[in-house]
Amino acid sequence: MTADSTGTEYDSDVEAAIREKHPALITYLTAGDPSLEDTKAYVEALDRGGSDLIELGLPFSEPIAEGPTIQAAINRALEAGTTPEGFFELVDDLETEAPLLVMTYYNMILQYGDEPDVRPFVERAAEAGLAGIIVPDLPAEEADPLREACDDHGLDLVFIVAPTTEGERLETIMSQVSGFTYVQARLGTTGARADVSTATHESLERLSAFDVPKAVGFGVSEGDHAAEIVEAGADGVIVGSALVDIVASSDEPAVDLEAKARELKRGARRGADSITVDPEDTPEPEQP
Amino acid sequence: MSTSDHDHDRERDSEATFGDYGGQYVPEALMPALQELEDAYERYVLNNEDGFMDEFRERMRDFGGRPTPLQRADRLSERYDRDIYLKREDLVHGGAHKLNNALGQVLLAKYMGKERIIAETGAGQHGTATAMAAAHLDMPCEIYMGRTDVNRQRPNVYRMRMNGAEVNPVEAGSGTLKEAINETLRDWATTVENTHYVIGSVVGPHPFPKLVRDFQSVIGREAREQVQEKAGRLPDSVVACAGGGSNTMGTFHEFVPDEDVDLYAVEAGGSSLEIDAESGVAPNSATLSTGTDGVLHGAMTRLLQSEEGQIMESHSVSAGLDYAGVGPELSHLVDIGRVTPVSVDDEAALNGFHRLSRLEGIIPALESSHALGYLERAAGTAADTSSGRSPRDEESSEELGDLVVVNVSGRGDKDLETVLEETEKRDLEAAPEVEVFDG
Repeated sequence: MTADSTGTEYDSDVEAAIREKHPALITYLTAGDPSLEDTKAYVEALDRGGSDLIELGLPFSEPIAEGPTIQAAINRALEAGTTPEGFFELVDDLETEAPLLVMTYYNMILQYGDEPDVRPFVERAAEAGLAGIIVPDLPAEEADPLREACDDHGLDLVFIVAPTTEGERLETIMSQVSGFTYVQARLGTTGARADVSTATHESLERLSAFDVPKAVGFGVSEGDHAAEIVEAGADGVIVGSALVDIVASSDEPAVDLEAKARELKRGARRGADSITVDPEDTPEPEQP
Repeated sequence: MSTSDHDHDRERDSEATFGDYGGQYVPEALMPALQELEDAYERYVLNNEDGFMDEFRERMRDFGGRPTPLQRADRLSERYDRDIYLKREDLVHGGAHKLNNALGQVLLAKYMGKERIIAETGAGQHGTATAMAAAHLDMPCEIYMGRTDVNRQRPNVYRMRMNGAEVNPVEAGSGTLKEAINETLRDWATTVENTHYVIGSVVGPHPFPKLVRDFQSVIGREAREQVQEKAGRLPDSVVACAGGGSNTMGTFHEFVPDEDVDLYAVEAGGSSLEIDAESGVAPNSATLSTGTDGVLHGAMTRLLQSEEGQIMESHSVSAGLDYAGVGPELSHLVDIGRVTPVSVDDEAALNGFHRLSRLEGIIPALESSHALGYLERAAGTAADTSSGRSPRDEESSEELGDLVVVNVSGRGDKDLETVLEETEKRDLEAAPEVEVFDG
């Protein structure tokens, strides 16, 4: 349990970061793009810019949930020779205010260590100080071994809820999620988009009965998107491809990443401010 | 089949795994579609609801040209001094076994109310079969194909387009099947609500490995009946090439309970079975023989991967076998010792291609040529044993036995350009003088 300044206790550092810093900004970069040294500087810039949680991608050669932007970043990271051990050493070195999460594919977790097994990866992740794990190709049905290992080491296992997730499956996932729920804003793969999908509003509506922090990702790239998403009821926004674009194209990525994080965080706050709260009207959160 | 056997089968079919292999490792957005497909598989395929299987079998007969013959190969039988029977899947409409599965899945998609078909293809045979099935059943169809494969399998690209399919070349990686599958999964994750992904082999998340196997198991069912009719008994061994493993599982499935029948899965040994760890490239596609356990494209199975879990680029002269993964059920059957994985290199496959063409008047696909290459190595005469024979081959020769069924999974028209080019580079004992074709 983690206590915040008001004495409220949360189940984990990840949940605390989102609840306390509400509305939260969650940022993503691919580790090793274009080098692990650069990633360290960029993560620190995102931390200064107001990120409340930072996702670091451990590159896998077959990233089936990613769009072209992050796929290209993963290719650059692999070409630069990024390994799991290099990744963990980077995390060992990082000192950020924001808790760090690792985002990677299941095979990378399974292959760390001598035999296919999830435990060595989770142990090393805990030792490096990571707060949680996100695995885009691991649905709740296959997650028991990883969840048990994460529970044993105090790591959150974040699940993704898609626009197609409904009914019984939604309840199963929501009963297993820890830290926060990653709400996939639209069908398809990651990638910056010009607008906020209507699927976002529908997903948040479906999830409103569950008292777990909800953060929306897939297609979020601007402060205005962040405002709209928070206004629609999200506890946080997740931004990846728009930041990876900066890494790929900016002359001064660290400067621009910090500025972008500030813009996104301001947008999220604007969204929160525009929700007029009348305590009389606020319903008690329903328990699923 | 007794009632208890049947119950046992049903119980087994409701499971998502084969031993330690299989499962559903896909993005969350696809999970409801897999559940919907599981439901449709159970209702239509296993229970013949709305007469689905009757319609499928009728269409396979009238449109697909089934049953295919089991032909005694007289000159091969003479050469190897035993009875060699060829299961002629090259005679299925489209020229390969692939139509069995493609027609089944497109028809299933139609029963499920889907409006659009997508598929990936390596050699183009699955893409061609899917395009044909989609045209036959009036469904819009898009095919993803690696750029390298588009270049080396042009006749099939033309055929897909003739049948009205859109062909999308995939530029990523080495531009082969692995990349095409990634791209098709991405399309599916975007369009899953109205689109069915026709997976082309016994790979991918549950229930695809079972669904594809069941549509393909007609090969073994026919072969098993035909060989008993013609030879009066079951074969001593069955040989089929294995890439993803759809013709392999299709041929083997009905023989799995016949424990006296040896099953040989012949993989692509490429140029070498050694892995170049530095470049992350496997110069082969011999996943069952040399791979390790891991998760790729939705399933836990045997893979060609680095120690850290990155998937390797594979290689085979045959685009259809050029894949770093393999079906989970095959991995399981190898683990429990029911299927024996073997491999032959590119050169042996090319020789197999030329040998069957010259001796039997059948031009086989380069995929099937691997099975024929293995037949030569395991059963070949003493005069042809100068190179590449490991001590184990003598043993294999005996194990192959007196009655062998070899699946000719497809015809080789699509491979002629590759075969001419690759033959010119080598001094092949079985090849004709290819230079004379220049004039």
